[in-house]
Amino acid sequence: MQKELWKGNEAIAEAAVRAGCRAYFGYPITPQNEIPEYMSHRMPEAGGAFVQAESEIAAINMVYGAAAAGVRAMTSSSSPGISLKQEGISYLIGAQLPAVIVNMMRGGPGLGTIQPGQADYIQATRSPGHGDGHMIVLAPSSIQEAADLMADAFDLADRYRTPVMVLADGMIGQMMEPIEWKQREGKPPAEKPWAVTGREGDGKTHVITSLRLKSDSNEAFVLSLAEKYRQIEAAETRFEEVNCQGADVLIAAFGTTARIALSAARKLEKEGVKAGLFRPVTVWPYPYGALRRLAEQESVKAVLTVEMNLGQMLYDVRLAVMDRKPVYFYGRTGGMVPEPAHIADRVREILAEVKKNG
Amino acid sequence: MAEQVVYARSKGLKDVETHYCPGCHHGIIHKLIAEVLVEMDLLDRAVGISPVGCAVLAYDYFNCDFVQAAHGRAPAVATGIKRTRPDLLVFAYQGDGDLASIGAAEIVHATMRGEKHTTIFINNAIYGMTGGQMAPTTLIGQKSTTSPSGRSQAQHGLPIRIAEMLSTLDGMAYAERVCVADIPNLLKAKKAIKKAFSLQQQGIGHTFVEFLSTCPTNWGMTPVAAGEWLKSDMAQYYPLGVKKDVEAAK
Ligand SMILES: Cc1ncc(C[n+]2csc(CCOP(=O)(O)OP(=O)(O)O)c2C)c(N)n1
Ligand code: SF4
Repeated sequence: MQKELWKGNEAIAEAAVRAGCRAYFGYPITPQNEIPEYMSHRMPEAGGAFVQAESEIAAINMVYGAAAAGVRAMTSSSSPGISLKQEGISYLIGAQLPAVIVNMMRGGPGLGTIQPGQADYIQATRSPGHGDGHMIVLAPSSIQEAADLMADAFDLADRYRTPVMVLADGMIGQMMEPIEWKQREGKPPAEKPWAVTGREGDGKTHVITSLRLKSDSNEAFVLSLAEKYRQIEAAETRFEEVNCQGADVLIAAFGTTARIALSAARKLEKEGVKAGLFRPVTVWPYPYGALRRLAEQESVKAVLTVEMNLGQMLYDVRLAVMDRKPVYFYGRTGGMVPEPAHIADRVREILAEVKKNG
Repeated sequence: MAEQVVYARSKGLKDVETHYCPGCHHGIIHKLIAEVLVEMDLLDRAVGISPVGCAVLAYDYFNCDFVQAAHGRAPAVATGIKRTRPDLLVFAYQGDGDLASIGAAEIVHATMRGEKHTTIFINNAIYGMTGGQMAPTTLIGQKSTTSPSGRSQAQHGLPIRIAEMLSTLDGMAYAERVCVADIPNLLKAKKAIKKAFSLQQQGIGHTFVEFLSTCPTNWGMTPVAAGEWLKSDMAQYYPLGVKKDVEAAK
């Protein structure tokens, strides 16, 4: 297949349409504006629904309605807008509705900056909304991967009746890269027997709700979610490792930061320092087992987490590594992007420190 | 002597008891909607949206498909359903805290866009479910648990007339304010629902029926007194009647 040059946001939108998404609802916010802009013409062309909502709150609730009606539906936003969607995401979890949410993260807190950030990691992986509950969170590091993951996102959402977030940063949205459209298209399930499409022949009605007034039945529901999450953890955890076997040091990073970390690793390799890159593709569920096994290798002296925040995935890395090896952090935040040279400096520093400590 | 059925539960309702208080109009309004759905043969294609408020469990009572929406967001949820499944008959059922307060943006914009679903708006001048707090529709002087000496204009402003306000928007095809406090009004109300649903099927814009409704429990009145207060005080500030009808204007 021939490669085509695509801007990240537009590739994500096109990939969603190819994955069978037939409803898009969104509200403008930089750096994801090309998604609603692209959808405004592409969605009607594909026979789907496009509405520019009055707010992110309305947009996520439109998604809730379309998903309840059995249609593949999505919304996109960036950090401040995602905060507004959290109530709706919690309702999607509680009503077990499949939907895809793209967060093209920017630096916060507050209005922050329109420059890229990764500071919504904990929000996405720990606290997508009020109440117990998770969404699957996919973190692409290139435009190719972002496009590929859109079909996966819709398939996972339908398979597990859950919201799925594609967690990227402004760089993914704004960059242009050559990509290849894979043959694999999304496979919407032939039937969603739970959807509100009108009563069935026997007069059976469909009800979509997250209300379970009796606390014992609500607890039973939350426990059933927990069981679903165990299945997701077992079957859907994904990661990439580059040069991790026999590495002196592991660098853990997600999204575009992982690409920057890889440049640092290449620099270090020339000096004879073997730095492996561990990149989770699913940041929820997190590939704890894989990272733990890699960190347990005798060659590995330390694990460095690199992020565009104050150290959020750091908690997951610590959970994976525990005290098997020392865990360090390097990050830039508030819209600043780490540089390969600084990451390499930090690795040298850490190796010296580990050596000194014996 | 052969038995003659003079009254039966509508097939549009499930055979269950509701949780509504004695003298509450929610149940009567449910029944009217259900009857219209049956009479118009829409039950198999209808999707209702229940609000956060006393009617949250409407899906347990109606014999059609239902989606429960977050507080105030029913117009957005209805938009998502109707835009993707225009063949369905979609109605959002919302209270006055739900629609006129927390969901004010959603109803204004759904109306502005002329969303082709129907809104059933229950104005009982109070927050019922949470125990009688002031609503945007609470009348001046009316006592509530958060306006214990009566709503004052200086502190809270004047109550909002939603049907009139939304009727200023071009997306509104039909808006009428009705009540079910007596039989003539109840019959008018049923006609209004029928008209709204039939205009929805023609797809000419948003359709809206506001019900003045009772909350004897939180008004601190008997059911009879509540019905009287609705007709005397509420209907004076919120005049009954058609506010917008693009069909009649043609
Ligand atoms: C986001 C959110 N805020 C507040 C509440 C609490 N709450 C539940 S019902 C309700 C008021 C409902 O009043 P109204 O819409 O007038 O309906 P009624 O109960 O009178 O029929 C409120 C504030 C909630 N469930 N969700
Ligand atoms: S509290 Fe008021 S609105 Fe709610 S059921 Fe009772 S009377 Fe009806």
